[in-house]
Amino acid sequence: MSRFIALRLLQAIPVILAVITVTFFLVRVAPGGPFDSEKAVLPEVKAALEAQYKLDLPLFQQYTAYLGDLAEGDFGPSFKYPGRSVNELIEAGLLVTAELGLYALLIATLIGGLAGIFASLKPNSAQDYIPMSLAMIGICMPTFLLGPLLVLIFGIELEWLPVTGWGDIPGDKILPSITLGAAYAAYIARLSRAGMLEVLSQDYIRTARAKGLPEHRVVLKHALRGGLLPVIAFLGPAFAGLLAGSFVVETLFQIPGLGRFYVQAAFNRDYTMILGTTVFLSTLIVLFNLLSDILAASLNPRLRHQFHTGGMP
Amino acid sequence: MSDSGLTAIQDAEKGTSLWQDAWVRLRKNKLAVFGLIVLATMGVIALLTPWIAPYAYDAQNLDLGATPPSAEHFLGTDIFGRDMLTQIMYGGRVSLAVGLIATSVALTIGVTWGAVAGYVGGRTDAVMMRLVDILYALPFMIFIVLLMVVFGRNIILLFLAIGAVEWLTMARIMRGQVQSLRQQEFVEAAVSLGLPARTIIRRHLIPNALGPIIVYTTLTIPSVMLLEAFLSFLGLGIQPPQTSWGLLISYGAETMEEYPWLLIYPGLALTLTLFSLNYLGDGLRDALDVRGSKD
Repeated sequence: MSRFIALRLLQAIPVILAVITVTFFLVRVAPGGPFDSEKAVLPEVKAALEAQYKLDLPLFQQYTAYLGDLAEGDFGPSFKYPGRSVNELIEAGLLVTAELGLYALLIATLIGGLAGIFASLKPNSAQDYIPMSLAMIGICMPTFLLGPLLVLIFGIELEWLPVTGWGDIPGDKILPSITLGAAYAAYIARLSRAGMLEVLSQDYIRTARAKGLPEHRVVLKHALRGGLLPVIAFLGPAFAGLLAGSFVVETLFQIPGLGRFYVQAAFNRDYTMILGTTVFLSTLIVLFNLLSDILAASLNPRLRHQFHTGGMP
Repeated sequence: MSDSGLTAIQDAEKGTSLWQDAWVRLRKNKLAVFGLIVLATMGVIALLTPWIAPYAYDAQNLDLGATPPSAEHFLGTDIFGRDMLTQIMYGGRVSLAVGLIATSVALTIGVTWGAVAGYVGGRTDAVMMRLVDILYALPFMIFIVLLMVVFGRNIILLFLAIGAVEWLTMARIMRGQVQSLRQQEFVEAAVSLGLPARTIIRRHLIPNALGPIIVYTTLTIPSVMLLEAFLSFLGLGIQPPQTSWGLLISYGAETMEEYPWLLIYPGLALTLTLFSLNYLGDGLRDALDVRGSKD
C-alpha cells in the first residue's frame, strides 16, 4: 500500500509541474502585456512597472524566478490590485470556497447516497423511478440554470431565503450550497444505485440473507462497503467539478470566493492572479484526485493491483 | 413438414443481426424513443431555422421591449423586442453544432489514439496511455477558461479546446475494445493475410467496436453542450451577435426578476435536449449491451 501511495505521489509531481509550466507560458504569450490596456503610460513608468514585476528579464529567467518564488509559497503580487499579493487574495477566497464546497459535498453525498441506496432496494418500482428521474433532471439542469431558478422561486417569489452574500444574513448560505451540490447529489445517487445493485446480486449477500440476517444488517454491514466504492472513486473528479461550479455559483450569488476571483482575474487580465489561482486550484485538484484514488484503493485491493500493472478496468 | 414450417425454420436460421436486435430492444425503451424523437425534431428545426423562424434573427423592436408570451410572439420578446422563439431557434443551431463538432473532434482523436495504442501494444501502448493518465489528472475546466482568456473568445478554439478534453475517455474505451478484439481469430487471419495495420484497424477493429463508440458518443454530446453553455454563461464562450442557449440563459438570469420567461424558455430547451441525449445514451447502452462505458 505504501508503495502504491508513493507511486501515485510521484505521478502527481510531473502533472503539477506541467500545469505550472503550461500556464506560465500561456499567460506570457497572451497577446497584449498587462499594462498595455491602461491609459497611455510614460515609457519610464512602464519600464519601472515592468521591472517591479520582473517583466524586463528574459522569459526563461522569469520562469525560473517564478518557480523559485513558488517553491517558497510566494505567488507574487497582483497586477490589478497594487499592493496586494496573490497569496492574500487566495487566502481570502479559499476559506469561503472551501466552506461552500464542503456544504455542497455534504448535501450531495447525504441526499445522493440515501436516494441511491433507497432506489436500489426496490429496483424498477416507484421507489426506484422517482428518485432516479429526479436525479436525471439534476444532471441535465446546469448549475447556472438551477441557481437562477432557485433564486426566482425561493428568493423572489416566496421571499424565504436571501439571494446574495455569504455569512452576512442568516440563511444566505443555503441556496448557494444547494445549487452547487444538486448536480453531484444526482451523480452520486446514480452511482450508488448502480454500485448497490451490483453488490446486492452477489453470492455473499445471498449467503448473508440465507443466514437469516435482518435486511437492514445485510444492507448496512455487507452491501454498503462495496456498493459505495464507485462513489468514493467519483469524489476526486467531483471535487474538480465543484471548483468549476463554484465559478458560476459565486458569480451568481456574489460570494467573495476563489471562483469569483478567478473569473474576475480572467476578465481583468490580471495575469499573476490567473497564474497563481490556476496553479493553486490545479494543485488542489491533483491532490484531491490522489486522495480519492488512495481511498478507493484502500477499500478495494483489486483496484490497487490494476494501478500497479497500469491497466484500466 | 409443411411449407410454412420450413419458412419458419429458414427465417430462424437467417437470424437477426446485432443491430436489428438492438433496434428492437431500443424501441421497447420508451424514454429512449422519446429522446430520439425530441432530438430528431430539434435537428430538423435547427437545419430549417433560416427558413421557418417566425422573425428575422436581428429584427429588433425597441418600442415593443420585453413582452410576455403572446399570439404574435409565442415565447415573448427580449428587452430589445426580439422574438424569443427565433432567438432560441438560432441559439439551438449554435449549441447543437458545438455539441456535434466538438464531439467529432473528441471522437476522431480518441478512437485513433486508443486503437493505435491497443493494436500496437507494448511500450508504445504504455507511453500513449501514460500520457492519457497524466492528461486526465489535469484540471481542464480551468485550462479551458484560461485558453479562452488568453486567445480570445474564438469559436474554432472553443471546438478544439472542448474536443481536446473529451477524447481521453474515448481513447481508454477504444483501447480496451481493441485489446480484446486483437486476440480473436479474424484479426489473426487479417494479420496473416498481410494486411497493413491501418487497414486492419479501419476495416476490422473499429467497426467491431462501434457499439461502445456510439454509446459513449451519445453521452459525450450532452457534456460538451453543457461545457459550451457553462463558458457562454461566464461570458467566455459564444459571443454576440451570435447566440447560444448558454448565452440566452445568462441574459435571462440577469433580468429574471422582471421577465422570467427570458430565463425559463432557453433553460427548458437546453434541459430538454440534455435530458433526451442522456436517456437515448442510456437506452443505447442497454440495447447494445455495453457495460462500463460510463458511470
